[in-house]
Amino acid sequence: MIEESKELLRFSTAGSVDDGKSTLIGRLLLETNAVYEDQLAAVRKSGINRSTGPIDLSLLTDGLRAEREQGITIDVAYRYFQTPRRKFIIADTPGHEQYTRNMATGASNADLAIVLIDARKGVLPQSKRHAFIASLLGIPHVVVAINKMDLVDFRKSVFERIMSEFRAFAAELKIPFVEFIPVSALDGDNIVTKSARTPWFEGRPLLEYLETVSVDAGRNFTDLRFPVQYVIRPNLDFRGFAGELSSGVLKPGDTVMALPSGRTSKVKSLPSFDGPLTEAFAPMSVTVELEDEIDLSRGDMLVDPRCMPHVSRRLEAHVVWMQETPLEAGKPYLLKHTTQTVAAQVTEIRHRVDINTLAKQHTEQLGLNEIGLVQIEAKRPLFYDIYRSNRSTGGFILIDPETNATAGAGMITEAAWAGGDRRKQSGLQLGEGVLTPAERYKRNGHYPVTIWLTARKELAYLLERRLFDRGCQVHVLADDHESNLLPELASVLNHAGVIAICSISSADSAELERASHTLDRFVAIDPSEVSTNDDKAANVILSRLEQQGFLPSEISFASGEGI
Amino acid sequence: MDQRTLSHLRALEAESIHILREVAAEFQKPVMLYSIGKDSSVMVRLAQKAFHPGPIPFPLLHIDTTYKFKEMIAFRDDFVKSIGAELIVHTNTEAIEAGANPFALGTQRCCALLKTKALLDALKAGGYDAAFGGARRDEEKSRAKERIYSFRDEFGQWDPKSQRPELWNIYNARVEKGESIRVFPLSNWTEADVWTYIQIEKIPIVPLYYAKEREMVVRHGQLIPVENNMELSADEKPQMVMSRMRSLGCTFCTGAIRSQATTLTQIVTELTEFRRSERENRIIDHDTEGSMEMKKREGYF
Ligand SMILES: Nc1nc2c(ncn2[C@@H]2O[C@H](COP(=O)(O)OP(=O)(O)O)[C@@H](O)[C@H]2O)c(=O)[nH]1
Repeated sequence: MIEESKELLRFSTAGSVDDGKSTLIGRLLLETNAVYEDQLAAVRKSGINRSTGPIDLSLLTDGLRAEREQGITIDVAYRYFQTPRRKFIIADTPGHEQYTRNMATGASNADLAIVLIDARKGVLPQSKRHAFIASLLGIPHVVVAINKMDLVDFRKSVFERIMSEFRAFAAELKIPFVEFIPVSALDGDNIVTKSARTPWFEGRPLLEYLETVSVDAGRNFTDLRFPVQYVIRPNLDFRGFAGELSSGVLKPGDTVMALPSGRTSKVKSLPSFDGPLTEAFAPMSVTVELEDEIDLSRGDMLVDPRCMPHVSRRLEAHVVWMQETPLEAGKPYLLKHTTQTVAAQVTEIRHRVDINTLAKQHTEQLGLNEIGLVQIEAKRPLFYDIYRSNRSTGGFILIDPETNATAGAGMITEAAWAGGDRRKQSGLQLGEGVLTPAERYKRNGHYPVTIWLTARKELAYLLERRLFDRGCQVHVLADDHESNLLPELASVLNHAGVIAICSISSADSAELERASHTLDRFVAIDPSEVSTNDDKAANVILSRLEQQGFLPSEISFASGEGI
Repeated sequence: MDQRTLSHLRALEAESIHILREVAAEFQKPVMLYSIGKDSSVMVRLAQKAFHPGPIPFPLLHIDTTYKFKEMIAFRDDFVKSIGAELIVHTNTEAIEAGANPFALGTQRCCALLKTKALLDALKAGGYDAAFGGARRDEEKSRAKERIYSFRDEFGQWDPKSQRPELWNIYNARVEKGESIRVFPLSNWTEADVWTYIQIEKIPIVPLYYAKEREMVVRHGQLIPVENNMELSADEKPQMVMSRMRSLGCTFCTGAIRSQATTLTQIVTELTEFRRSERENRIIDHDTEGSMEMKKREGYF
């Protein structure tokens, strides 16, 4: 069945007003027979033709009545067409300054972005903005369509000048693949077939490029991330965890770890309406049955214990702000990430990015359509990855609890992993190095975490022994002989992947405050909370580390699985 | 395609199932609008898949204008029973008793009463905070801009200017009491996708979609089935026409198409040859330019 084996390519389009974006989309739809005669008739009937061609193709994609009256497109609209090889979904987004949010929205699911440039105008500030948003939203492929070539006599020099100017800018953006195509949306040059009017052009026409460009970029089959979305429990004998695989592969027999509990189990089966599956991979929506009765509910995540996501209440992210009321530090928001919604607040706006120059600007707030780098603290730990390596577990939205509006969209950055910036504030600067925390995790089998113990020196050393015996990298720092810089030292140990146990001789709230601020993964033990018996206290602390997902539970160590 | 690439239909399927589960998890009381048509049939199949081996955890709601095809109602009752789903049927009986029909009221007013008002009443009566609909974005221009989660105020109305941005697969499900969300899990499907999926999944559909000799009259250039005691003018002569429905609605307002397609394969083949859109045969849509958008602002699906 030919239909069944088509691939899906989602792309977004951006251009400044009048660059010819609507005409280009109309042209693609027309050439692929996605336009019906009655729709063409409706365009003719409208009596409007702003083009010099026989029919105004841009009207085919013009949406809502209110917008049509104003003569502009103002929101994201979706279009569909197909060729024998692929089905295409276009997220058609406008390029006006005030509509950054729409472009970000359209780009969020796109494999590819087409950035239109009017050959007569060259690279405009808007073109740079479009490229920046495409890179921010992690789109792997950008096609720069240099349009209206008919109005510059199809001159090679025009094409080349625009190409080198755009390249110079795009180099800063780390877009993996950039392609340039000279076109005339109006006349159809280099849309479906190569134009005789650009004999100097060596690339492929636009549609052919869209049909053949690889859709593999951005697919991740190595790091299992399965956010539990819904629990299916028709009777007492069956409990299935339903969800969409964010990344990775699942097979019966695979060992999985549940976050935040840290419990491990094995996949018993992958039942489906069409019979049990032998394998599931991202982005399939599946149901997982586990061997063991472990407690799991919506918002939890199944992961491969050998490659864990980051588990933390803190993160740093680029945020695109999408509502009138500005983003401010300290205000309460709801953060929705995979299938979890948690209360969160922005602790700091590090800077705003000027989307035309990429310059970083100091600011106290982010307004509508502004982009900034912020630090966020959530009420509960989130299980996340860097957006660049995983768009599903690296992206989130912020909801304004007063209006319920989707106020912003966030893309988690690398900095959160190193936590480097907070260390800079404390006067200590750690290089990023070549090893990633994920690699250290893989080697060590646990997260680096700092345990803060007051007046329990014996307990500190007992814990060190117990953790060591479980195969952990661990070291005690005691303030009586180490120094008075425990938070900073602990941070170095944690940076190296080691669990730090800070033993404080007497309560010091200033020090505690500094530690909780400096350290990413920090567990302070309240003396009133644990038994005076060291052995019992150690058990309580260990199980707490397991519960918070810092340590895998002991079962998996005993069976030696996967770690 | 390599082994781990989803075909476009399986990718769409995965996306739709994700949406169905998300709504079931986050809303208090969802309901699924069931129109008996091909899109609804696909949507119900996706719901079966989403919650397998459990039952579909929400009822199906049919807004019956009483002017549907008899074959549709018969199919509806059999189908719902065979899959073990819960069905709620709602009719604006008050309007029917007052004699509402498109000839007396015009199609716009008739739709407003028998579809929009009936729907809003049924949603209110049930206290539903989320309602699934089978609409697709390729159907009509105003749909192309509608979100998958389409926010409606306490009057069920849509405001195209203040839609919530929708990124990745993260949907904002927050509503206040009285407000609701219309959810369109098939947003990214096209007519061709729906038919191909019906074919590969062997999904049962109303026989009206298959060509057969049917009694028709030609009115305003459309083939209109002679059903529900439709009054005919003197110069209208019913004739038997080999025809089928491309989309289903009320008999008076649904045009048939001349067709020889009696199998799914033929329907799919015919589809690739169509030069006219499916909505053209629905009389309600082009009453006025932009009429669908106006209806949606008032609370229509
Ligand atoms: N000569 C020429 N005109 C074009 C071309 N593409 C678009 N136009 C015209 O440029 C104007 C703006 O096009 P439109 O598609 O509405 O631009 P949009 O605002 O980017 O959607 C219209 O008058 C088009 O007919 C092209 O390739 N060559």
